[in-house]
Amino acid sequence: MPVFLIRRVLTMVLTALCLTFVVFYLTNLPPNLEKLAKSEASSRMSDADVESWIERNGYGRPVLVRYGEWLGLTPGWTRTEDGVTTGRCIERGQDPATAPLRCGVLQGDWGFSTVFKQPVSQIIAERLGATGLLMLWVMIVMVPASLLIGVLSGMREGSRLDRGLSVFSIASTATPEYVSGVVLIALFASSSTGLSPWLAEQGWISGKTLFMGTATSALDSGITFWNFGLPVMTIALYGIGYIARMTRASMTEVMTAQYIRTARLKGVSFGNVVMKHALRNALIAPFTVIMLQFPWLLNGVVIVETLFNYKGFGWTLVQAAGNNDIELLLAGSVVAVFVVLMTQLISDIGYVFLNPRIRVS
Amino acid sequence: MDALSWGQIFGRMAWQFWPVWAALILTFAVSVRFKRRLGLYGKLHDSPVGMIGFGLVMFWVFTALFSAVIMTHDPLTQVSGMKNALPGFPQKGAEGAYYLLGGDNLARDVFSRMVAGSVLVIQIAPMATVFAFMVGITLGLPAGYYGGKLDTGLSFLANLILAFPVILLFYLLVTPEIVQSGLPQYIGVVLFLFPLIFLTVLINSRLYVKPALRNLLVGLVAVIGGWLYLSLLSSPGTRIDLLPPQADALEMPGNILIVFVSVVFVNAPTVFRIVRGLVLDIKTRDYVAASQTRGEGPWYIMLWEILPNARGPLIVDFCLRIGYTTILLGTLGFFGLGLSPESPDWGSTINAGRRLLSIFVHPAIVPALALMSLVLGLNLLADGLREESLKD
Repeated sequence: MPVFLIRRVLTMVLTALCLTFVVFYLTNLPPNLEKLAKSEASSRMSDADVESWIERNGYGRPVLVRYGEWLGLTPGWTRTEDGVTTGRCIERGQDPATAPLRCGVLQGDWGFSTVFKQPVSQIIAERLGATGLLMLWVMIVMVPASLLIGVLSGMREGSRLDRGLSVFSIASTATPEYVSGVVLIALFASSSTGLSPWLAEQGWISGKTLFMGTATSALDSGITFWNFGLPVMTIALYGIGYIARMTRASMTEVMTAQYIRTARLKGVSFGNVVMKHALRNALIAPFTVIMLQFPWLLNGVVIVETLFNYKGFGWTLVQAAGNNDIELLLAGSVVAVFVVLMTQLISDIGYVFLNPRIRVS
Repeated sequence: MDALSWGQIFGRMAWQFWPVWAALILTFAVSVRFKRRLGLYGKLHDSPVGMIGFGLVMFWVFTALFSAVIMTHDPLTQVSGMKNALPGFPQKGAEGAYYLLGGDNLARDVFSRMVAGSVLVIQIAPMATVFAFMVGITLGLPAGYYGGKLDTGLSFLANLILAFPVILLFYLLVTPEIVQSGLPQYIGVVLFLFPLIFLTVLINSRLYVKPALRNLLVGLVAVIGGWLYLSLLSSPGTRIDLLPPQADALEMPGNILIVFVSVVFVNAPTVFRIVRGLVLDIKTRDYVAASQTRGEGPWYIMLWEILPNARGPLIVDFCLRIGYTTILLGTLGFFGLGLSPESPDWGSTINAGRRLLSIFVHPAIVPALALMSLVLGLNLLADGLREESLKD
């Protein structure tokens, strides 16, 4: 087990290094730097001005050296011009002599966002919190719902209930977030169509619409059913189908096992067989699937946060990518890679604990 | 002229789709008549779920084929007075012309744009999936069969691409600055090479005992495939401008090529992992050992012994993956990446329509439902195929 863990962690670090280098390289291609210079200094710079801006701000040196700077392995650049020393690690107004030699990720300095004009670490922490809240609610809705659907349809394979629920789960996997989001908004959050006008006419809802079409207010004035219902439903809907299908597959397999038949012949009631005998074994496979859904959720989160204008991690990632905010993008990809690889690791380890027959060599 | 009622709208839409209905009826009549002789495709018609899925998919395929007849208006023309028109609104000054599903915020016909959008999806999604499968199979077979360092390296690369959030990858590949640097095209240069390699190895491993025929076929692949390869990649005014315009047979607009490349790039690693897993399972079978004892070459075993026996799961995954590719294309459009803003593809249309979603629902919901029905059809089709292929 320790050897396995160490190997996995090393692979993780290597993957993260490779990925951040790719992101670093792509965001630092000459056309991107030119765009950055124009948006930072002035949009009407001449080519010569752009070049000198890039040179003055330390973007002119080889990519590998600057990647090392970002990591904190190589010393940050310094430059003395007219007696004033500027540098990567020297903050404005700071005495160059007191500035640290290296400042990078390893020193805990994630850089400064050019879009939000804030330290990257602060933005990421704040936005991750917001997204974590969204994820938490998605999980609270998605996991019980999908397990219930999967178990119900898997306990009697081929029954009418099974057929109906299977069609539902196929339909939900066929509906990407941007489609279900639009459909749900049209149904529940539009003042002219869908259910809201009818409900308002009946006097069952006090506002104009059943749900709100944006989730922006959830961050300022707290989460309510009204502003958070639709985003959570939109993300959960896409995941429910997939997890339910996996649960169903594993449940049908368990229900045909010998010990289930024995229990039935012994005279245990069907409900008890499902609850006490089948369920525990049937839930091992979905556990892995649920863990591996996290990276997928990350994807959905980006779409849903953009659609509902919820300022979380996904929204920030889109803003950073759209405006070529290099350091924010790098930090974002580190977080994303970390989430993906961590969930893989946890699902592997959890699998071993849940199923003692499997041993990790 | 009065606006149409919902019954009239659906009646007129059904009438517009008449070539599709005719083609669907013909397809199903022929398929059901000869279903015992058509193998897995014929058996699909025994499963109601599979039939429904197949019907939905073919509906959009035929819609794309006959789009010129079905469209009532030009998808890009703006008609004055039709801005955000409600479904069934008559066009001023033109007798009998209606915006069947209303107008969008630039006064274009939503119905015609939906039909035009199907053309883009049906053109790109299956082709991109085929390319992704070629790449995944060509790399996955040796990785699973040989194992060792090759497997470790390729698996690491695949996991690397899969660890990227898809949307971040799209943003990095498809933004104008990166496109300007030619990077997506260079990726295309590598990725599009795989179908050529695949076909050449496929022919060579089977026909190396008949050198004359082998040389002829490999030569044909090299000439025709190479020409297609070059004309697909080179487009004037970009970094890769190899062919003179006279010889350029396939003119793919630059931004569609980039979308195509990035979709293949995202899909290929997953196919690679599936193929590799299947090969690891199948290579322990007796018939593989038998052909090894016969002295067959490794590529013959991989392509002519292992691959045909892995076809079941691969066909099912192929259907699912076309659906996934459709979703990816929509995602690209939704974030306004790659395709031009006025392009009628479904993702871009949803993105344009969502801004006014709480007031005017129809411009966004029509393409959304269209996309959903196509993906649903593909998923049902895959489900039917899986069920039928497990029966024997």
